Amino acid sequence: MKYPIVIRVKQKRIAQLVSHGKRLDGRGLTDYRELQIETGVVGRAEGSARVRLGKTEVLVGIKIDVGEPFPDVPDKGVLTVNAELVPLASPSFEPGPPNENAVELARIVDRGIRESKAIALEELCVEPGKKVFIVFVDVYVLNHDGNLIDASAMAALAALLNTKMFNYEVKEGEIEVKPGYTPLPVRDYPVAVTFAKINDKLIVDPWLEEEQVMDARLTITTDKDGNICALQKGGYGYFTTQQILEAAKIAKEKAEELRKLVVKG
Amino acid sequence: MVKKKTEKLIDKNNLRVDGRELNQLRPIKLEVGVLGNADGSAYIEQGKNKILAAVYGPKEIHPKHLAAPDRAVLRCRYHMAPFSVQERKSPAPSRREVELSKVIKEALEPTIFVEYYPRTSIDMFIEVLQADGGTRCASLTAASLALADAGIPMRDLVAACAAGKVDGRLVLDLNDVEDKEGEADLPLAWIPSLNAVTLLQMDGRVTLEEFEQLVNMAVEGCKQIYQFQKEALKAKYIAVKEEVQE
Repeated sequence: MKYPIVIRVKQKRIAQLVSHGKRLDGRGLTDYRELQIETGVVGRAEGSARVRLGKTEVLVGIKIDVGEPFPDVPDKGVLTVNAELVPLASPSFEPGPPNENAVELARIVDRGIRESKAIALEELCVEPGKKVFIVFVDVYVLNHDGNLIDASAMAALAALLNTKMFNYEVKEGEIEVKPGYTPLPVRDYPVAVTFAKINDKLIVDPWLEEEQVMDARLTITTDKDGNICALQKGGYGYFTTQQILEAAKIAKEKAEELRKLVVKG
Repeated sequence: MVKKKTEKLIDKNNLRVDGRELNQLRPIKLEVGVLGNADGSAYIEQGKNKILAAVYGPKEIHPKHLAAPDRAVLRCRYHMAPFSVQERKSPAPSRREVELSKVIKEALEPTIFVEYYPRTSIDMFIEVLQADGGTRCASLTAASLALADAGIPMRDLVAACAAGKVDGRLVLDLNDVEDKEGEADLPLAWIPSLNAVTLLQMDGRVTLEEFEQLVNMAVEGCKQIYQFQKEALKAKYIAVKEEVQE
């Protein structure tokens, strides 16, 4: 991805500060930026949420449709996550089909929701092998100022918790809509915590300029019981095994704090 | 597709569906320099996986605007043949393949002295001919050898191996059934001389303690695979030497 150029001096400053345990925006190494969550922002969607993490802004909309299940899991609903890095969000985003960064973002969010079994997909089956509900999670990045992964994962969770499904009845294989709504069955609350490695130190929630300086990135998603349910390393650098294990411990603590904000949200 | 549910993936003697011990790798066969046109190539068989990796470059980059003024750009395409899996896979790149291409690229790059070849590209092509679980790791193991075979200056080889949780037990190098029906899968790539983890992913559900054990287990697997890689590279040069002496 082509980013706007950060002045070299600033890059150096960011790296120097981090090695002294400080950050350019005054945060500690394991502090998140201010988090704001707004739900139900798009009336047409079955669920939606807008998350602001510092200046990073992500909108997630949930649409629910009826379709065919996958042949290997005929009795379960389907979860689909897609991410759009829309050009209005950053000078580095270009119109066109999702590139590798968008695909990776969607798949990390997907993995967190899927592996923690956050959605009770078995309850979304209408007729085994024939008809199930499909939950579309569409991540829409509105402003890119770093750490899209955590913002998107939290927005997705907040949107799922906000999702209402229409009541229905099955008559002769057809779905008949009944009045009223029930909430989507959400059973777990996966939260992603992303680390950047700068000057051999780990920081959480990197903002854009820190992402441009970082050697590597590591995302750890934990479920509500503190189990790790998804991981993704990114970037051209590397982590030592000690750093990975240290990150896992921090991720568990941080996710707990964030989860409270999202679930209450 | 008929749904097959394997009853138990680990039997009472602690043996797995393919008869392996919990911490035992599948049989690995590695070959270097298998393709005529490529600048470097390698072939791996790991269990039933059969994968080819080929590298072209460093060479002039096309399109030119992708060139980096200070280093070579590594590009990578991980692709599965339509006949490599049970049900035919469309040859168009799936989202999974796009993601794997990216993580494999990012896992390989730290080993290469890309700064030696500014304004060029190094193109890596990986074709999975037959898949049996753990293809990203096997691909990476072969890709690293292909780079070495191409004579590209490298800090070290990178070896990759997965560990995971199956039937509540932690196991090394999951095969297809274990991957699909198991509880967790953690692929990891490791550069021995730097103690560097360059690829790390996981799906499933594990506790913090299990996670620590899985990471250590996968690193141990990588150590063994690294030995196979070195032997495969040596075997090629020994063969060349014998040819010259004749």
